[in-house]
Amino acid sequence: MNPKRAWTRPVVLLACVLMLAMFPLVSETFYIQLLTKVMIMAIFAMSLDLLVGYTGLVSLGHAAFYGLAGYVLARVSPQYDPASLWTTLPLALGACAVFALLTGLLVLRTSGVYFIMVTLAFAQMLFFVFHDTPIGGGSDGIYIYAKPEVKMGGISLLNLEDRKVFFWLVLGLMAAVYLFLKRVLNSNFGRALIGIKTNEHRLQALGFPTFRYKLASYMLSGTLAGLAGYLAAAQFGFVNPEIVGWHTSGGVLMMVILGGMGSLHGAVLGAFAFILLQEALSNQAWFGPFAKHWQLAMGLFIVVVALLLPRGLLGVPSLFAGKLKREPGVE
Amino acid sequence: MSEAILRAERLTKRFGGLTAVNEVSLELHVGQVHAVIGPNGAGKSTLTNLISGELRPSGGAIHFRDETQFIHDLAGLKSDRIARLGIGRSYQKTNIFLPFSVFENCRLAAQSRQPRAWRIFRGADGYADVNAIAERSLQAAGLGARSGMTAAALSHGEQRQLEIAMCLATQPRVLLLDEPLAGMGSQESQRIIELIRQLTPAHAIMLIEHDMDAVFAVAHRLTVMVNGEVIESGAPAEIRASLKVQQAYLGDAHGGTDD
Repeated sequence: MNPKRAWTRPVVLLACVLMLAMFPLVSETFYIQLLTKVMIMAIFAMSLDLLVGYTGLVSLGHAAFYGLAGYVLARVSPQYDPASLWTTLPLALGACAVFALLTGLLVLRTSGVYFIMVTLAFAQMLFFVFHDTPIGGGSDGIYIYAKPEVKMGGISLLNLEDRKVFFWLVLGLMAAVYLFLKRVLNSNFGRALIGIKTNEHRLQALGFPTFRYKLASYMLSGTLAGLAGYLAAAQFGFVNPEIVGWHTSGGVLMMVILGGMGSLHGAVLGAFAFILLQEALSNQAWFGPFAKHWQLAMGLFIVVVALLLPRGLLGVPSLFAGKLKREPGVE
Repeated sequence: MSEAILRAERLTKRFGGLTAVNEVSLELHVGQVHAVIGPNGAGKSTLTNLISGELRPSGGAIHFRDETQFIHDLAGLKSDRIARLGIGRSYQKTNIFLPFSVFENCRLAAQSRQPRAWRIFRGADGYADVNAIAERSLQAAGLGARSGMTAAALSHGEQRQLEIAMCLATQPRVLLLDEPLAGMGSQESQRIIELIRQLTPAHAIMLIEHDMDAVFAVAHRLTVMVNGEVIESGAPAEIRASLKVQQAYLGDAHGGTDD
């Protein structure tokens, strides 16, 4: 890393966060909610990137954790009153960690295509549990009438019903998850994960119990996906089986690949690009009758990125600079 | 002679109908280089993989004596467990982390011995002792000046040196070196032979090598394998004098290529 880059990156990131923080003060409700959704998906995408981009495990069932956390919030919330964030959030995250532990012990015994299949299978199983049993309220799902409350000693610290406050909370959490993963990935543990992605056989031969590392990564990744799912359920005020479905898993995987695997800001960038593009392409005022077929244009865009930018959108600057950048995953 | 630190007894590996290693027994002692030689396909690499735990033996036993004199049965243990017991290996085909820096390759190897894997908030580069081990290993293998380079950018010979440096960084007591000199220039070969000599007093070394000059320069004991079986085992002079070995192997040894 050259000294110039050492300070540019934090400054640029800080500027981005400050600009985002100012956004609710100058914008309308619709866009505040849209960006809130984008940032929640950015947390979701970073959680998946830990698995796909850093540990080398391509999961097509990450929606399982996202949806599970949402359903936990919906199930433990009182019918019309707000639930406490202090109890429901740890419960939702704990459920995801346990689910990750139990499924991880099985799915991590497979690799490659089989890993994709088995993670997908577990997520689909969860889909049918929520769809076909009384636990999940069927295909209509469950409504969450009041957002969780954040109280301490009877005093409300954050009023999450206020869209701006909710936006800032999500922004803060997105930044926190970014910084947290940054630290983790630079620790001994993180370096070992990147080693697993690069050459698992050699890492094990050096003396690393790679299975345990992968399991820990899987649990951490699932728990953070749960954080995103919890926030999404709180924002939209309802959960339905679709949030566990493979469309959701595929979408977040697309964001990670679009932004650039093995890079946290790539995952964030991917979430922003994916959802904002989806929103723009389906805007009837802009594209008239073509807006209905936005998926066609989206598909085309993804194909172009995949063909021209093997490092995702993060590769755009180097495309112009014509310079070879550092290898992905080695930060 | 001291007690063996590692003893393989009647070690056998069958792949379907093929018996790649057939009832091979050998001992490794601290302070000795035990060379295993034989033509291509003799089962030398398979033998290494059996000891390092990357293959599961079909039969036989491997006993390892740790520092507390406790005897471990290695057959059936996973490779990471065997590595942590103090048995390091290098690969015949270079097996390194290509996108990482040369230093990070060794640092990661040294990290494997530190009981700090779960400190997830402290930067991995901040452990002075680990860095020192990595640095020492690179120096020993002659890569001190290449520390900051990407491993993929090293020459083939240098990658072979890195392979050995990584093995050293795990601070093993037993070294399993699978053709360490393959693909090295004569200068690097000399350096590695010298390194093996330096390491010998404190380590038990199993050396698989086709370069007979190197083998006879460092080996205290030789085992000759042909078609998965040991045909002769003994001191260098005995092997040189053995008619069986001359017929089976030494006659065309120098014509052999890597398998």
